[in-house]
Amino acid sequence: MYNKGLIVPGLIITVLLVTFPFWFDVFSSAESTDPTVELPPGGEQNCIYPADEMRAEHMVILNEWRDDVLRNGNRGTVTVDGKVYGKGLQLACMKCHTNKEEFCDRCHTYASVVPYCWDCHLTPTQQKAGLKEAN
Amino acid sequence: MDTKRRTFLKAAGVAALAGISAPAVTKLAEASSSAVPAVAENSAGTAGKIRYGMVIDMRKLYDRPDIQEKMAAACRYAHNIPTFDDPKSEIKWIWSASYEEAFPEHSSAHNAEIIEESEFLMLCNHCDNPPCVRVCPTKATFKMEHNGIVAMDYHRCIGCRFCMMACPYGARSFNWFEPRPHITQEINPEFPTRMRGVVEKCNFCAERLARGEKPACQEAAAEVGAIYFGDLNDPESEVRKVLAENPTIQRKPGLGTKPSVFYIV
Repeated sequence: MYNKGLIVPGLIITVLLVTFPFWFDVFSSAESTDPTVELPPGGEQNCIYPADEMRAEHMVILNEWRDDVLRNGNRGTVTVDGKVYGKGLQLACMKCHTNKEEFCDRCHTYASVVPYCWDCHLTPTQQKAGLKEAN
Repeated sequence: MDTKRRTFLKAAGVAALAGISAPAVTKLAEASSSAVPAVAENSAGTAGKIRYGMVIDMRKLYDRPDIQEKMAAACRYAHNIPTFDDPKSEIKWIWSASYEEAFPEHSSAHNAEIIEESEFLMLCNHCDNPPCVRVCPTKATFKMEHNGIVAMDYHRCIGCRFCMMACPYGARSFNWFEPRPHITQEINPEFPTRMRGVVEKCNFCAERLARGEKPACQEAAAEVGAIYFGDLNDPESEVRKVLAENPTIQRKPGLGTKPSVFYIV
């Protein structure tokens, strides 16, 4: 092999550079930055499904609710622990999860997901204080 | 084999013609056989179905711009409607205009003075045959089968504005600007706003009807009782009784859209 002295160290340096994120993670002392969300301040313990399922499926459920309410004319209610809620993001979810910034945004920001819910729907802060005061 | 070239070519020609025209013939046959039940279904399809409609008794609203404004304000609050001063960017769910603008197909010669001077309330007609629904490329606007309301799904609207072109009543408005900073009234926490780039219009207060309430404009006009609302398919309903007792007109009936909003003038 020609230029062995250049090629072999070059290959080693390249492999080290490419795998740098893994090395960095192994040797860094930084704590895990998995997002933690604020649980309902009102102390509600149960959602419509167990937490695991909600974490994985909430977007699907919201889409199903949307189609039910707007298209299928099924504006029924959901009952959790004896409390009755109207189907919907504003009417059900945010009644317990009253802090959008500490609940929705925590994971969405972490995962770099930008749902367009809040372009139209009102956050609990906006619902209480009005649009101008809340912004 | 005594087949002559001439007979062979004739047979081949006939076979080719039959082969080419066969798909068209079967399609025509299918269309003519299915056309009959489709028509029958249309005329018999109203049984047991709700079709919401409204009667506006203008006799109670002549010279009452205050009531008309009150109705518009109730609607603005109920649906978080923004206010724009420029008529080109205006968002209209319920609005008032002259007789001539509202009823261009009806004669406006030698009308009673009160008709000339008064403004007429207008809103989405929730047509039985809605042209806006036909043109919507994403099915963001659709007729709800169970109650006849022409509804919008703002999640799906791409803002192409075909429906605005199709609607002969000017009942649809486009959000040219972010509507939120232009909501001048108090906010209704139970209803969302819209975003820039979608078309919006009257929804016959579908969300209030679902809660067993009356439409916001009907409630606001309750002191004069100018609005009747109910099921047009039910002969016993209040609207049907009002329609049976009073001569009414619809906006631009000649277009065949079959509006669900009627006027007593």
